[in-house]
Amino acid sequence: MNNSVFFGALTVAGLAAGAAAAGTLDDVKARDKLNCGVTTGLVGFAAPNANGEWEGFDVAICRAVAAAVLGDPTKVEFVPTTGKTRFTALASGEIDLLARNTTWTFSRDVDLKFEFVGVNYYDGQGFMVPKELGVSSAKELDGATVCIQTGTTTELNLADFFRSNNISYEPVPIETNAEAQQQYLAGACDVYTTDASGLAATRATFDDPTAHAVLPEIISKEPLGPLVRHGDSEWGDVARWTLNALIAAEELGVTSANLSEMASGTGNPEINRLLGTEGNLGEMLGLEADWALKALSVGGNYGEVFAKNIGEDTPIGLARGLNAQWTNGGLLYAPPFR
Amino acid sequence: MSTLTDPPKESFRLSMLIHDTRYRSLTFQAIAAVVLALCIWYLGNNLIQNLRAAGLNISYGFLADPAGYDINQRLVEYDSQSSHARAALVGVLNTLLVAVLACITATIFGVIAGVLRLSQNWLVSKVMAVYVEIFRNIPVLIWIIIIFTIMTAVLPGPREFRGDDATSSMLFDAFAFTNRGIYTPAPYFERGIFGSVTLNWLLVVAVLVGSFLGARKINTWATAKQEATGLRPNTLPIILGVWLVPVLLLMLIMGLSWEMPELKGFNFSGGIKIGGPLIALWFALSIYTGAFIAENVRSGIQAISKGQSEAAAALGLRQGRIMNLVILPQALRVIIPPLISQFLNITKNSSLAIAVGYADITATLGGITLNQTGRAIECVLLLMLFYLTASLLISMGMNIYNSSVKLKER
Repeated sequence: MNNSVFFGALTVAGLAAGAAAAGTLDDVKARDKLNCGVTTGLVGFAAPNANGEWEGFDVAICRAVAAAVLGDPTKVEFVPTTGKTRFTALASGEIDLLARNTTWTFSRDVDLKFEFVGVNYYDGQGFMVPKELGVSSAKELDGATVCIQTGTTTELNLADFFRSNNISYEPVPIETNAEAQQQYLAGACDVYTTDASGLAATRATFDDPTAHAVLPEIISKEPLGPLVRHGDSEWGDVARWTLNALIAAEELGVTSANLSEMASGTGNPEINRLLGTEGNLGEMLGLEADWALKALSVGGNYGEVFAKNIGEDTPIGLARGLNAQWTNGGLLYAPPFR
Repeated sequence: MSTLTDPPKESFRLSMLIHDTRYRSLTFQAIAAVVLALCIWYLGNNLIQNLRAAGLNISYGFLADPAGYDINQRLVEYDSQSSHARAALVGVLNTLLVAVLACITATIFGVIAGVLRLSQNWLVSKVMAVYVEIFRNIPVLIWIIIIFTIMTAVLPGPREFRGDDATSSMLFDAFAFTNRGIYTPAPYFERGIFGSVTLNWLLVVAVLVGSFLGARKINTWATAKQEATGLRPNTLPIILGVWLVPVLLLMLIMGLSWEMPELKGFNFSGGIKIGGPLIALWFALSIYTGAFIAENVRSGIQAISKGQSEAAAALGLRQGRIMNLVILPQALRVIIPPLISQFLNITKNSSLAIAVGYADITATLGGITLNQTGRAIECVLLLMLFYLTASLLISMGMNIYNSSVKLKER
């Protein structure tokens, strides 16, 4: 028999057998490592620092989940994924959690069979142009060449926006943010479009960020959040409530500064339940009682993570805007820990 | 006395399937066939069961849905409301375009480099050796990216053509070399014979085909005359006339004009745009595969025994004619078969197009459509079917050509 046929057959069998098994929580515990899918590099959200350690807003989610499940925020294997490879990586079980500023849409949730565990950043698609072009509105972009990351929702929004405004454009599809940045700076395209947060993050890495402007139009809703595979609700709950714990902690005033003090018990029963000194929420999740405490001890609550990675004091300089707590007029609203 | 008797008639026994050499090979082939069929059945069944378990079903209904995305280079009508099938068709045409262009230029580069590598001139042959070794030993993906990066970095953006103190200007006011592509004037007819543009161009093609047939007739006539009298009439002016006069006349009648590219808004508009990604991909595939073809050509030429060129020289033929009339026709027999696989390589390597944002079939059907619909298995099966069909067709065409040049044995 022909050898290549045999090996080809083995490969197909391997692919076919790769269907995801249930019990991701047990798998992660047994492996003692969380496989977390992130971007290939978007400063502020997920990028390796000078020491080669991954850091950023999305990375913080991975680390918080690893701390909650395994008790150690460093037990994470970061898997860089592109817009095209991310869903295959998650569906095939290569990664346990995808935290890669991914937009929560109906078809991804229902048709692609994923489960979004919440929203960690409310975003919208924007445009960045060099100031020297003198463009002040996206509607003046008739005939422009637009760099766009392929395999993302932004690609479809862009087509819709230009069609509904009856203006033309020429798309330049690009695989990663780094390539897009290079093309944009070389002038191969006039405009770069992606989520407004991504634009701010990209602009922050330019030699002269002030020479580029983000146009006022936000042409879509992009609720970005971490996601897991469909059909493993136990693992989905772990990821969902870790994110909620970070958000609730900010609302309840639990910060990394007062964390150890509060962990010894407070007068607020909700804080006690969150930090595991009262009730058995951790046990219900299949985790230790102090799971949320560990998750919060990594980088503090949601507000602290935001401020440290992408907030106004960082080069990226994003305002809280929609991502403020509901008590401050934002959309962040964690369900009660009860 | 001897009598002839029939040999004892052996009845067929089951053990003969193993021990009798007449049946043994059949037995093993049958066993192998059954095992192979079982393997295929197992894999197919496994796939279907796993897909069912994952709640997925194979369906091609998505091909009729609106694609929702735009493509920058399209040879047929397409917009974001066209179907995924239409987007795939745009991709197929783009793949075929770059594959055909690259096959032609790679062959030209390859033949020139292969012949020059055997040159007596030390410098020329060494330069060609360096070309071959550098280009075929670095992966084609890297060449594609290098060329594209150089193009975007070195050539000026459209912005630099603007204003009175523009830093760049158009060549002859007709060609613009920008980092987004090359803009050239586009020909059009002011008073076409037919209403439709396509029909007018088809007429031009028909005239050219007629010229081709005419030129062939003249060649046959000249060859016949040469064989009869030993003297070949000078056909060059007649053939030039046959090629040029009818076409120029037609162009004059239909009023050929040129639409010049002009800087309007963000980009040049009007004229023909040859996109940067196409140029980078085309050029990279050509020089990379050209290096392989050069080696094929060199080996083909060296396979012809030295006696052939010496005999030709003894007859008084010049170097150029020895190469064209004696060596190359014989070398083609050795060159064509490996050339087929180089053409197949070009077609398959064109799937690296997405690295520079060229919208080939892998980028549209296997990239954006796959990603937006999540129909990975369906899309990949279609991609496989396309590349298989294209490769088999190229093989078939080249095999037909090969049998026309190979040694005719009687």
